[in-house]
Amino acid sequence: MLRFLTRRTLGAVITLVIISAVTFFLFFAVPADPARLACGKVCPPELLAQARHNLGLDQPLFAQFTAWLAGIFAGRDYGGLGHCPAPCLGYSFVNQAPVFETILDRLPVTVSLTIGAAVVFLTFGVATGIVAALNQGRPLDKIVSVSSLIGFSLQIYFVGTLALYFLVYQNQILARPQYRPFTEDPLAWAAGLVLPWVVLSIIFTANYTRMTRSTMVEQLGEDYVRTARAKGMTGRSVTLRFALRGTLTTVVTIFGVDLGALIGGAIITETTFGLQGLGRLSINAVTDSDLPVLMATVLVAAGAIIVFNIIVDALYAFIDPRVRLS
Amino acid sequence: MKETGPMEETAPERDTAQAGTGSAAGRAAEPLLELSGLEKHFPITSGLVFKRQAGRVHAVDGIDLTVHAGETLGLVGESGCGKSTTGRLVARLLEPTGGSIRYGGRDITHASRRELRPIRAEIQMIFQDPYSSLNPRHTVGGIIRGPMEINGIDPPGGRDRRVRELLEIVGLNPEHYNRFPHEFSGGQRQRIGVARALALDPRLIVADEPVSALDVSIQAQVVNLLQRLQRELGIAFLFIAHDLAVVRHFSQRVAVMYLGKIVEIADRDSLYERPRHPYTHALLSAVPEVGLESAPGTGPRERIRLAGDVPSPIAPPSGCRFRTRCWKAQEKCAAEEPPLVRLEGNREGHLTACHFPEAPTVHGRDVVLDPALA
Amino acid sequence: MSTPFLSVQDLTVDFHTEDGVVHAVDGLSLGVEKGTTLGVVGESGSGKSVTALAVLGLHNPETAKLSGEILLDGRELIGAPRSVMERIRGAKAAMIFQDPLTSLSPYHTIGKQIGEVFRRHTGASRAAARDRAVEMLTRVGIPQPKLRVDDYPHQFSGGMRQRAMIAMALVCDPDLLIADEPTTALDVTVQAQILDLLRDLQEQTGTAIILITHDLGVVANTAHEVLVMYAGRAVERGTVREVLGEPHHPYTWGLLASMPRLGAPVDVPLRPVRGAPPSLINVPSGCPFHPRCDYPALAGPGLCRAERPELSPHRGHGDACHLTLARKQEIVGTLVQKREIVR
Repeated sequence: MLRFLTRRTLGAVITLVIISAVTFFLFFAVPADPARLACGKVCPPELLAQARHNLGLDQPLFAQFTAWLAGIFAGRDYGGLGHCPAPCLGYSFVNQAPVFETILDRLPVTVSLTIGAAVVFLTFGVATGIVAALNQGRPLDKIVSVSSLIGFSLQIYFVGTLALYFLVYQNQILARPQYRPFTEDPLAWAAGLVLPWVVLSIIFTANYTRMTRSTMVEQLGEDYVRTARAKGMTGRSVTLRFALRGTLTTVVTIFGVDLGALIGGAIITETTFGLQGLGRLSINAVTDSDLPVLMATVLVAAGAIIVFNIIVDALYAFIDPRVRLS
Repeated sequence: MKETGPMEETAPERDTAQAGTGSAAGRAAEPLLELSGLEKHFPITSGLVFKRQAGRVHAVDGIDLTVHAGETLGLVGESGCGKSTTGRLVARLLEPTGGSIRYGGRDITHASRRELRPIRAEIQMIFQDPYSSLNPRHTVGGIIRGPMEINGIDPPGGRDRRVRELLEIVGLNPEHYNRFPHEFSGGQRQRIGVARALALDPRLIVADEPVSALDVSIQAQVVNLLQRLQRELGIAFLFIAHDLAVVRHFSQRVAVMYLGKIVEIADRDSLYERPRHPYTHALLSAVPEVGLESAPGTGPRERIRLAGDVPSPIAPPSGCRFRTRCWKAQEKCAAEEPPLVRLEGNREGHLTACHFPEAPTVHGRDVVLDPALA
Repeated sequence: MSTPFLSVQDLTVDFHTEDGVVHAVDGLSLGVEKGTTLGVVGESGSGKSVTALAVLGLHNPETAKLSGEILLDGRELIGAPRSVMERIRGAKAAMIFQDPLTSLSPYHTIGKQIGEVFRRHTGASRAAARDRAVEMLTRVGIPQPKLRVDDYPHQFSGGMRQRAMIAMALVCDPDLLIADEPTTALDVTVQAQILDLLRDLQEQTGTAIILITHDLGVVANTAHEVLVMYAGRAVERGTVREVLGEPHHPYTWGLLASMPRLGAPVDVPLRPVRGAPPSLINVPSGCPFHPRCDYPALAGPGLCRAERPELSPHRGHGDACHLTLARKQEIVGTLVQKREIVR
């Protein structure tokens, strides 16, 4: 297991370096000048040159990239503009702060949004999927199938805007979505996020229902499930101990990928509900040509996906003895 | 058991020069197909980025075989013995990792695609699964025409006429030219596969378990068809099967494989009536027989029950590979691999790879190694 | 004449599919006594596996319609409540399947899978169930059972998996064991071991066995009585000696003549049954075998097409064919003389 983890971590680091390099060089293919942004609206040529120098933009591209990489481990000084302690992912002149601090600031919002929604969609999705599979072909199954199809085709900005309008602004049933740190006030944390959770869950629940149902139906047709029935196991233990076990393998795989993607930034959800998470941060970084922030958000997103993939693969070993690692 | 006593002590008479030619010794010197020291190892790799070889599957581990024009050589053995791999090597669907394959006097072991072209037409293959070996989106006519088109062969009277002719030869209605494989039963599909193999007038057909997916009554239809083709068209067959009774029915000579090696090869009657290798004895005695009475004067057939299953071909036992399941195994068997030679008292072409061979009879004794049956 | 331990009377199983009603089993009757083995022989689609699943009530009631009578030790199983069936399965009547790899759960250890049947039906403790699993593994000849009990199925070889399946089926000492093609997926040397094992265990426990197979050789070696099925119906029934020694039904002749055998003369060609098995949606009228049969003309004009021959109701050797007994004996005599059938 340890060997597996070291090997995968090493692979992850290599992947991340490649991803950051690609992002870095792609950014410079786009015509935008960070120095001009750093310098301000009215910027005489000598100040612009100074800013260029401070940012290291007068260096060759490759040197800039290695300087950026080194900064992660050693920290970095930006001439007269300020110091960025390690781990330094760069200094954002748009936000006037080291990028790492901004990320730390925004991460809890996205994580809270993701975790809450994940609990909702995993629970409901898997449960309705199982119910549908056990009632395969009956009216209940058809109802579930149709409604999950509808849920699947809904869009967050559409449902989100409707919900905001009717539940918050028109009838004031719910508080306006906002982020309050969990450590400060758990109740306010939950109350502020409940609407985004539910809306984000609608789409994901539909997906998990469909996936659970089809996998479960397949599992119920497996020979070993028939064996379990042939040895007199009760209906419930056949479902829970045998069929569900196989279903979980598939669910866990997809769940890992989804979680990683969501941590990377639920851009539309955050924008719809005005939450200042990583998704918003990355969108703003794109529009502001804020390279350091953009690099950081891409890295966090990629890192999240990679980490969750490793976790899923490690979990496999527990769920399925056939892939148990030596 | 008494008979075996003196046999064990006789030093096996070396006869490797004659290896495998068998009853065909009197025939034209040049065999159609000649395998020598043929070997196929599949690497097992581990690691994601940097692959390293963790081991090798010794699927086929140095076998010598010959097939003469017009004859049928049966290849039997249990799963994992390498019989199917051998078939695929002969048809050059797999690249050998060692040894050589000679066809019609030419070395085709590592022949390129272009070099193989004229030979491909002459060596055809019939597969086990009549369901997956036919393209479901092509008509029967298209499937059988395929090989002719690829090889640019224009038979007199045109390809369509030839296809109809072939359909008739394999006992299908030529009117069914435009039907799709799914409209046919399993037996009929296997006939389509046979017709496709015949399209290029092959001289050698490698038939890999051609009837084992079929029901008994249908199986006989296909066996009879293949037998008729062999007789009328003079096609040589490498007939690969796990069913000893089918092989006996179809083959003039039979080779028994175990874990990538040939353990015994002989003409049909010698192999089935006078086998010498303990594994051949075990295989034959394991076949459930319908016959209620044994032939007069022979006594009941012997009953041999081995213990356990075939070992893994990744790490085959040293020396004789059968020794881990053999009741006669001694130290010598672990230390020294027995050569495939003609034993004293055996017919020409009957070769056995065993240090302590059995008496040449299949009757009258019990060897039960399975602890659950003891 | 008392009812046999398992008695199936006039069983029909229909499946409703999009293409129409599949008549998988049609008016089948059979009986098995304790301590004996009934071999059920037939080709694919003959209804032999469907019958086996029907006895244990393992068909999906939504798609399969059962009628007739299945009496196990005098108790009717058709229409029995689910909880009753669940208590019978694995305890009084158990089953083993063709492919031991897919039939064992990949997620649980062999010991767990054996033990849980025991716990389910006897209420034994975990420890007792584990001991019992080890005991069963020993009985079926698994080496080092105390270690192997914690293995997963993929760590077992094919033959050992089937042994584990047998151990699992026999853990509660069932009175009836249904073995559905138990050796078809196995190599011939392993098949011989497994068949001998089944026979040995039967001698010890007196279990009634229904052995479903397509291989007459397996039946000849393992069963006491034989039932030959064709297109969902029983066409011949009797002891092994009767059915294989003096076969009466043209389909049985066909099976015997089309089987290559080690003991048969090699110069006699196989004589296959012509054509292919019928669709179970449109079963031929009268005798379902008549389109493939060589002898309808001998039975009387149009009789085989028009009238369904019934399997004689009394026990013993019987067959469902319109030919007269004298005629059958005459034909068998010729076939044996021509060495197409070897006794």
